[in-house]
Amino acid sequence: MKKDRIFWGTVAPLAAVVSSLLLVSIILILRGANPINIFQVMISYGFDPRNLVSELNQTVAYYLAGVAAAIGFKMLLFNIGIDGQYRMGAFFGAVVGAAVSLPPVLHVLLIVITAMLAGGLWAAIAGYLKVRRGVSEVISNIMLNFIAAAIIAFLLGENLLGILPEGSQNVQTKPIPLSGQMPTFKMFNGEVYSFLFVAIFVGIAYWIMLNKTVFGFNLRATGLSFRAARSSGVNAPGMIFITTVLSGAIAGLVGLGTLLSDTHSYSMAFPSGFAFTGLSLALLGRNHPVGIFFAAFLWSFLERAAPVLEYEGVPPEIVIVMQGTIVLSIVIAYEVVARINLKQQQRAVGKANVELVKESK
Amino acid sequence: MGNILEVAGVEKKYPGVVANRDVSLLVREGSIHAIIGENGAGKSTLMKTLYGLIRPDAGSIKVFGQDVNLKSPQDAIALGIGMVHQHFKLADNATVLENVILGGEPSRFGFVIKYDEARKKLLEIAKTYHLDIDPDESVANLGVGERQRVEIAKVLFRGAKILILDEPTAVLVPQEVTELFENLRDLVDKGLTVLFISHKLDEVLSIADDITIMRQGTTVATKKPAETNKKELAELMVGGELPKPIAGVQNISQKSILSIKDASYSRFDGREILHHLNLELHGGEILGLAGVEGNGQSELIELIMGLLPATSGSVEVLGMDAAVSHTKDIRNAGVAYIPQDRQRDGLLMSAPLWENRILGHQFATPMAKGMWVNKTAAAEDSKRVVEEFDVRTPGVNVLASALSGGNQQKFIVGRELSGDPKLIVAAQPTRGVDVGAQAIIWDHLMKARSAGAGVLLVSADLEELFSLSDRIAVIYSGSIVSILNPLKTSPEDLGLAMTGAKSA
Repeated sequence: MKKDRIFWGTVAPLAAVVSSLLLVSIILILRGANPINIFQVMISYGFDPRNLVSELNQTVAYYLAGVAAAIGFKMLLFNIGIDGQYRMGAFFGAVVGAAVSLPPVLHVLLIVITAMLAGGLWAAIAGYLKVRRGVSEVISNIMLNFIAAAIIAFLLGENLLGILPEGSQNVQTKPIPLSGQMPTFKMFNGEVYSFLFVAIFVGIAYWIMLNKTVFGFNLRATGLSFRAARSSGVNAPGMIFITTVLSGAIAGLVGLGTLLSDTHSYSMAFPSGFAFTGLSLALLGRNHPVGIFFAAFLWSFLERAAPVLEYEGVPPEIVIVMQGTIVLSIVIAYEVVARINLKQQQRAVGKANVELVKESK
Repeated sequence: MGNILEVAGVEKKYPGVVANRDVSLLVREGSIHAIIGENGAGKSTLMKTLYGLIRPDAGSIKVFGQDVNLKSPQDAIALGIGMVHQHFKLADNATVLENVILGGEPSRFGFVIKYDEARKKLLEIAKTYHLDIDPDESVANLGVGERQRVEIAKVLFRGAKILILDEPTAVLVPQEVTELFENLRDLVDKGLTVLFISHKLDEVLSIADDITIMRQGTTVATKKPAETNKKELAELMVGGELPKPIAGVQNISQKSILSIKDASYSRFDGREILHHLNLELHGGEILGLAGVEGNGQSELIELIMGLLPATSGSVEVLGMDAAVSHTKDIRNAGVAYIPQDRQRDGLLMSAPLWENRILGHQFATPMAKGMWVNKTAAAEDSKRVVEEFDVRTPGVNVLASALSGGNQQKFIVGRELSGDPKLIVAAQPTRGVDVGAQAIIWDHLMKARSAGAGVLLVSADLEELFSLSDRIAVIYSGSIVSILNPLKTSPEDLGLAMTGAKSA
């Protein structure tokens, strides 16, 4: 039965990727390009060592966004606020990190905790509104994303927390001193963020929390059935709130790889769009830490390989079409798999009944 | 009179499961024909086949001697077969007349509804069959029994000659059952034929002309009530002797484990649901709580479980004040809870059985070890529950949603009775389960009582209340209106008390 689960859990995402490739092939053929050729170019470019490094670094951020979304999904929460939570985390992490001087490891730890607190507290607003006021977390989070961006833009004013370095057009926070920076390590002849290990740790902790602890059981139970969880003694509204905060805290970590190992300061140049990506990756990875990792890498790979398509006379936006069709097919594929599973189990139950009947005769 | 309906060799297979096989049924015109059987015996499948909702894989169906091929309920209706579903399909905000004609409106030019004609026809039907209905009353104002009459009128309005009633008495109090039976008698006296599905053997014996018993997807026998008895019917249904509930030793302790004093509860909109309610339950006692649904039973249970706070008065559970205690602590103190709506309140439908074993016990050993969930213990104890309560499943990794309702219920009861609870709050513990499962569940409740646990048995099944309870409390309009001794009370008196009439 466990083998079955792993089998179907792998078949579904693969089927989604394959059907997306087929669809994209049709589009490419319609444009007069040779899809096999295009895919070959993408693969050889994407697996080039130099590109692998930047893909890995991007994977770190995407992975954390995916895990943050997955925690929400387990509670049937659609955390579209990952964008705002990530911004709050990265910004306040940068501000606090630049303002203090501490011994190396402690300094980094303080930044990480600050980022999680900032992300978590920002999410707590949406959590409170949902539990106490019945406001859909989707609505409040979309608003909170705008508010977060506006607050940070305001705080980045030159006479507040921002500085304008010479020769730069971008306001940014003060740089974090060396003790608050995280080293990179050499891989594929490049510099990979050591925050990768933090991301892996978060993935493992997420899995253990969810599957092995009573807290995780209560979380999943509340997500599966609010009423059943409540009757079983779980403080279900409380669980919804805590889960929202937890998801926000993980989202607060999304920008830290870049912050701690690369830019060392927060600026308006930090990218946006992590919410949609995170939700897509959690879907594709089926809320499983390993699945989300592969999904995050696939996303980074596709995005990195996109620009090269221009040389082949194909618009790089084809990659977005690919990502979109993957997400769409995965939703369908999982629904199909879930139905097959239930059918199989019902059949097994039916068989067991028939055997019992035979025995009793 | 001849046979109005002949079913021969009907078979229906679902992947891996045979729902109906070799089903034969002869229904005489102008008779009341009862079909009884356990859950999953194939009664519903057969009825759905007769009503055109399911197409059989093999076999023949003859109506009025003609071979028929029913493709949809429309075909069935055209042949004069009508069905009254267990759960009424009525629009609350429309009148009785509107509901009756809904979907089959007599009209002029295809769009002007001929209300006068319809009203005349409905009144005629009501008069012919002595159905007490008012065409212009809003359905929202009707009680359960009246709604059922509207459903019957609806079917008659469409010209049904054969009426299929799916467990019509499950929702009725005794007085309403008597009325329904009078109505059914009227129908057959006027030449109609009634097919009647039931779990309740007493009823079947009192009303039916013929009784067909189904077991494991097939019809095993047809009996006349005069030639059979309850015991034989029950044994035909389960295919063997029924496990007998042990009449446990009565050792009611002096200790009160549940004490509700003057408790009231008002909903957020100010409506008072419970009104100065008093109730006392001792260890070693089964206290039945009888009442028509919606008289505050659900809220009373939620008060006891700490899911709702009383507006005033006190609820003391095992010495704890339920108003300020968490459900978690109440459960940990030894309160078992069998909820009324098992799928919504008692199970995680898309989680495996072993996880469902943990539900409600996740805050204490052995299901938890500190902050960790103890999967080994959960899986092992699930196996025990499956065995002791005869849950039909190939294993404990199966999703709860894959089991049939009766088996889900057995699993819940088994789970809740684990760990020697001191107080068991059991709401409709055997609703929708078959006789065999009912016997198992009753047996375990009696055992828990003998072991000194107190049981609050909330039930709509009078037989259950009478067979198990040491005392029966009657709830009406949010108050306990009387406490009866089951040995000195007749079902009619209890039914009367449930409708709020002051008992003598």
